[in-house]
Amino acid sequence: MSKIFETPLYPYARNADQDRDQDNPARHPVVIIGAGPVGLAAAIDLAGRGVPVVVLDDNDRVSFGSRAICFAKRTLEILDRLGCGRATEMGVTWNTGRVFNGEGEVYGFNLLEEDDHKHPAFVNLQQYHVEHIMVQRAQDLIAQGAPLEIRGRNRVDTIGTHDDYVHLSIATPEGDYEIQADWLVACDGANSPTRRMMGLDFVGRVFEDNFLIADVVMQADFPTERWFWFDPPFNKGQSALLHRQPENVWRIDLQLGWDIDREAEKRPERVIPRLQAMLGPDVEFSLEWVSIYTFQCRRMEKFRHGRVIFAGDSAHQVSPFGARGANSGIQDADNLAWKLAAVVQGHATEALLDSYEFERVYAADENILNSTRATEFITPKSDTSRLFRDAVLALAERYEFARPLVNSGRLSMPSAYEDSWLTGPDTDGLPDATRPGAPMPDAPVPDGWLLDQTGGEFCLLWVNGAAPPDLPQTPVPLRVLHIDPTQAPVLAARYLGDAPRAAYLLRPDQHIAARWRAPETLPLTTALARALSQMELSDA
Amino acid sequence: MPDLILHRNLSDPDGFYADLMAVHEGLTKAESDALTARLVLILANHIGSRDVLNAALQAARETASHPPADA
Repeated sequence: MSKIFETPLYPYARNADQDRDQDNPARHPVVIIGAGPVGLAAAIDLAGRGVPVVVLDDNDRVSFGSRAICFAKRTLEILDRLGCGRATEMGVTWNTGRVFNGEGEVYGFNLLEEDDHKHPAFVNLQQYHVEHIMVQRAQDLIAQGAPLEIRGRNRVDTIGTHDDYVHLSIATPEGDYEIQADWLVACDGANSPTRRMMGLDFVGRVFEDNFLIADVVMQADFPTERWFWFDPPFNKGQSALLHRQPENVWRIDLQLGWDIDREAEKRPERVIPRLQAMLGPDVEFSLEWVSIYTFQCRRMEKFRHGRVIFAGDSAHQVSPFGARGANSGIQDADNLAWKLAAVVQGHATEALLDSYEFERVYAADENILNSTRATEFITPKSDTSRLFRDAVLALAERYEFARPLVNSGRLSMPSAYEDSWLTGPDTDGLPDATRPGAPMPDAPVPDGWLLDQTGGEFCLLWVNGAAPPDLPQTPVPLRVLHIDPTQAPVLAARYLGDAPRAAYLLRPDQHIAARWRAPETLPLTTALARALSQMELSDA
Repeated sequence: MPDLILHRNLSDPDGFYADLMAVHEGLTKAESDALTARLVLILANHIGSRDVLNAALQAARETASHPPADA
């Protein structure tokens, strides 16, 4: 059976730019390098906003092998907004995790999900399925006339940066050609050729450890749970992870330590006995993918370099514990697309793009902090740190207090941009979860779900009461939503708490920009100008 | 007399653990062990109650790092 990652989905095809006089190359508003989940999210979002986008990828198919598998609620919400909500149904939902130490189970935990959200806290889904859904969505948009192109086997070889454009030389199976872009978005991964060609820094910490990652296909009656072992009998002194994906594919992660022969460890005659010892002698399985990886936690100092903007792994890299790679990358795209569209369409200045850097650097630091802490717990870097780690595990088996200290990866949560200059004003007396800067929580509304009502535009959400008829003209589309709290009690609890009414200004990326308890005096023009980075902080 | 607290009572457990690791940064094993001993004494003084401390000593003693196979 041919796998989806073996099929060319956007095969090379000659484009008109190749036949132009190369002294007068085509100029595009936005060029994206990389058709992975981050580049595709940005492309779909921008094209949906009417911004012409060209995506260049040196390959012509979805990524092969073990990559991201855990997609978090916020990411699923973004994918849904982009028309890729199928990912949630395709994925495996899990909410129980178990931690083992040595021979025994330390404890099990439930994610204790809050009810009444359209999307679950997490699904497990192979990255190639997510990319496939996104490529199909992009191709549907193209068929509907959206200004979007995906050019397979188009490899960018040189990048010339100028004050108001970027010049690219592109290699194809039929030779080289040149184009120019007003804006270049580099979504070309942790080894970003764009970053290298521009000679930019990428500093951080290397963790001295190797992990064997294996995706195996097996018919086994392991439950749909996340199992994590410290020092298991089948991998003494190291750790292990077992996690289910759709189609009877299981992700196995085995820590190997630093001083190993990487090539030897990758060979089936080494891998299969290791996995057999883990899974039990009677379990039949086949290997879909095996690799050995090391990792680093690092980020670029700046995500925006003039007309070149970095998003996803090209800008920041984390350890895999906590599922913060693809999730944060798609959240980068979510943050960037509406801002770049507003700049390209003349609704905002470049200052808005600096807020992308500010907000997503903040998020990257939060992700690096969390994944570094998990890594240090899993891979103690000194005798003392191992001593405390083992003490925590020993105590956690018997005493509840020690369980929050066990860290086999924290769930990926979206960042709240409270300190961003786009955020504000706030008011007292409304719930903490809906404070300005936070991603808006979903809730049921009479016709479906709140997040589905936002349409990727600025929204004025009116909970109890009605917007005045004389709302000022706004420079960007503004959708007004009225919610009757008696028809939507969960929403009322999440957005009002004890307050009788409130109004919220929501950004196109579904983060809360501002809120008011006395909305009859709401300074909408000012708040919107702030959310578009058109004014200074001081006027709050 | 308050009982020994064995349910979760620590705000920001990840932050505390990171600080605990950081305070040992760059120390030799012997220096770390000495630090841990001082830390136990400081915390014991803060707790004050002999009953609570006795219960804590007991809880620590009974929690072997690797339980026997039949546990």
